[in-house]
Amino acid sequence: MVTLKDYGEYKTAWCPGCGNFPLLRAIKLALVKKGLEPHQVLIVSGIGQAAKTPHYLNANVFNGLHGRSLPVATGAKLANPNLIVIAESGDGCIYGEGGNHFLGAIRRNIDITVIVHDNQVYGLTKGQASPTSEEGFVTKAQPDGVFETPFNPIAIAVAMHAGFVARGFVGMEDHLVDLIVRAIDHPGFSLIDVLQPCVSFNRINTFKWYRDRCKPLPPSYDPYDWEKAMKVAQQWGEEIPIGIIYKNDRLPYEDRFAPLKKGPLVGQKVDLPKLRKIIETYA
Amino acid sequence: MSKPIHILIGGEAGQGLQTIGFIFSKALVRSGYSVHVHQTYESRVRGGHNTFSIRVGTQKILAPEERIDLLIALNEESLAIHRDELSPTGFMIGNSDWNRKEKNWMGVPFKTFGEEIYWNTAAIGVAAGLLGLDQQRLGKVMREVLGEEKAAANLKVLEAIYLWLETQPFKMDPLPPVSNPSPRLLMNGHEALALGAISSGLKFCAFYPMSPSTSIAQTLIDWAKEMDLIVLQAEDEIAAINMAIGASYAGAPSLVPTSGGGFALMVEAVSLAAISETPIVVVIAQRPGPATGLATRTEQGELWFVLHAGHGEFPRAIFAPGTIEECFYITRKAFELSEKYQGPIFILTDHYIADSYRDIDPIPVEALSFIQPGVDPNQIEPPYLRYRITESGVSPRLLPGLSKHLVVADSHEHTEDGHMTENLKIRPKMVDKRLRKAQGIGSEVSPPTFLGDEDPEILFVCWGSSKGSVQEATLRLSSEGKGASMLHFSQVWPMVPEQFLHYLKRAKKVICVESNATGQLAQLIRRETGFLIDHKILRYDGLPITPQYILRNLD
Repeated sequence: MVTLKDYGEYKTAWCPGCGNFPLLRAIKLALVKKGLEPHQVLIVSGIGQAAKTPHYLNANVFNGLHGRSLPVATGAKLANPNLIVIAESGDGCIYGEGGNHFLGAIRRNIDITVIVHDNQVYGLTKGQASPTSEEGFVTKAQPDGVFETPFNPIAIAVAMHAGFVARGFVGMEDHLVDLIVRAIDHPGFSLIDVLQPCVSFNRINTFKWYRDRCKPLPPSYDPYDWEKAMKVAQQWGEEIPIGIIYKNDRLPYEDRFAPLKKGPLVGQKVDLPKLRKIIETYA
Repeated sequence: MSKPIHILIGGEAGQGLQTIGFIFSKALVRSGYSVHVHQTYESRVRGGHNTFSIRVGTQKILAPEERIDLLIALNEESLAIHRDELSPTGFMIGNSDWNRKEKNWMGVPFKTFGEEIYWNTAAIGVAAGLLGLDQQRLGKVMREVLGEEKAAANLKVLEAIYLWLETQPFKMDPLPPVSNPSPRLLMNGHEALALGAISSGLKFCAFYPMSPSTSIAQTLIDWAKEMDLIVLQAEDEIAAINMAIGASYAGAPSLVPTSGGGFALMVEAVSLAAISETPIVVVIAQRPGPATGLATRTEQGELWFVLHAGHGEFPRAIFAPGTIEECFYITRKAFELSEKYQGPIFILTDHYIADSYRDIDPIPVEALSFIQPGVDPNQIEPPYLRYRITESGVSPRLLPGLSKHLVVADSHEHTEDGHMTENLKIRPKMVDKRLRKAQGIGSEVSPPTFLGDEDPEILFVCWGSSKGSVQEATLRLSSEGKGASMLHFSQVWPMVPEQFLHYLKRAKKVICVESNATGQLAQLIRRETGFLIDHKILRYDGLPITPQYILRNLD
């Protein structure tokens, strides 16, 4: 029986009150709820305060480069589809530096769960704008406010028919844990954009700001309705919908590869007699 | 011993030069001849001027040749471009409609043999007939390569050409027949490299298309289903190498093929492979730079780039195969080293060797061993430390998910258990641990090949794909009584001076021969040994070094 204790308790490098704490706890709770043991799980991250998360729980970890968590997660999942692969990092890492990989992973529909710590600001580099910062958001680096319109990860993911698109909020633990469990269960790419405060650098989008706006989608909401989902994906402001916004049953990427029907790549031997026959065709 | 014959097929992209040239080469090898193919083409899909050049003979052919014995022109432009390269006894074959008057001209009424799409077959049929190549043998290869259906019409053209040829007065010395030819393979450098990788245990390849590296991924794709490989086209080069690192971390031996520009994008991840201690083989198929440079031409310009690619300090090995056989066996060594020393290992090829078809001995595949990544988890006493500090610098590598042990890999500086640290006492220990692997890598360096007189007048120093040309130039000089030797590096890093410095010191004159403008190997030798090579034969016009180019540039 897996318990929260199996996932450990570690000292972190985060600011007191950081939104990363409840998200770390939600990930652990979801893994426990799934009955997964730490060695069955691989967490891949990039760089940033959020990307330190896998160092603060027990699991297999690959903490790679800024922006590159999704390709590493993709490669690892293809080598061993038995691994439960979670990629998690911040909004700057996944949507900014790794933007092309975000699009690529959605198109492939690889069975990984992507958890994005979205606090609309850069933390580790001390307060610059992130891809999801609102237009006009003033920082030391953007003294006249952000000129760009914010990246809408939900709308992009829905528009591209991503397998599973959800938004969560760290202030609603049970709801968030349930989203993570469902995302892990979903066979294919799942995105959870998790709204969380940055207590040091974002004085606009505070815990209260999110709490006042985040509203779970009603039970009657049908996430398979793409057109409706596209509308919900645009909603932002006074009311921010959270929950599973869109999902579909596209074939997971790894199911398309014949070699994986024989089992994971790891451990597969080289069929030398077959290779001999292949080489003979060059005669 | 008869002299080799050089046949050059010239035409524009889309005229089927490569297909017909390949069929012809394969039929020649099946008939017991040695061949060496060199291809040139422009960066376009249709039009332009392309060549498929075959040098054929009864003895092993080492290198390309500049003088043409038989010029097969599929368009008139090819005659204009290449007629001055004809040997005194050479002649030209082309469309009789061009009404050429030269004595060494053989006009073929292509129209009478069918539509334009069959003219390549007709032209090659003329060459094959003149050289005495068995029509049935050529036809059989054609059926195998094109498939029965597509071959049928071509076979009719071939039949008609052979009959027509009998009525013609034109003759040239046929190739001496080889009785009972022993079985040989016809392979190009990138095919051999890809097959070498598969034999090593390769299971995963991610790539982004770029000339001239794409043919490695394509060869792997061709055999992926049969050999249970995953080969995928990534969204960009950065994704490709990071995917390969992820796959390798999880236990699939991985390769990334690219060219200079693509590799430039991958460099940060090279550093990631080094600090995360993840095995990975990166092939850089060189072409002239900087930036886009000449996309479909050849150069050896990336030695210094690859030597220093990646921020931070870490060990590496760089290979540069000089022959098709080396493309196969050196790739195997690269995979073994990457698994053993857990980091990035590089192979430098180039456009020239990538699609240079040559005959090679059959490969005894079943005797080969392959990599099985990681160590037995049952041998590990908990707690498992991914980066345990050891004398060799090599830590026992476990694969995630295959045991209860947790495998933690990190791009930050880290503690032995893989978690990031800012403990500055641990930092030097980890740096030293990683750098200690250089001793192991250094103890397994493939020594350079030395051929010729031990106290030569001239010692040529070269690396990578120019091996054959330098060897032939050396042999020609020796046959003229001039003591010449060759020193060829198929591994350019690490450099072990004890393996070669005495050769440099004993030669009267040392000349480096490289396909670049600055003599990168010569500079590296100076840096590592202090030995100055001040004579250089360099080529950087995008064409491969030939024996003639070397001899012409001897002062």
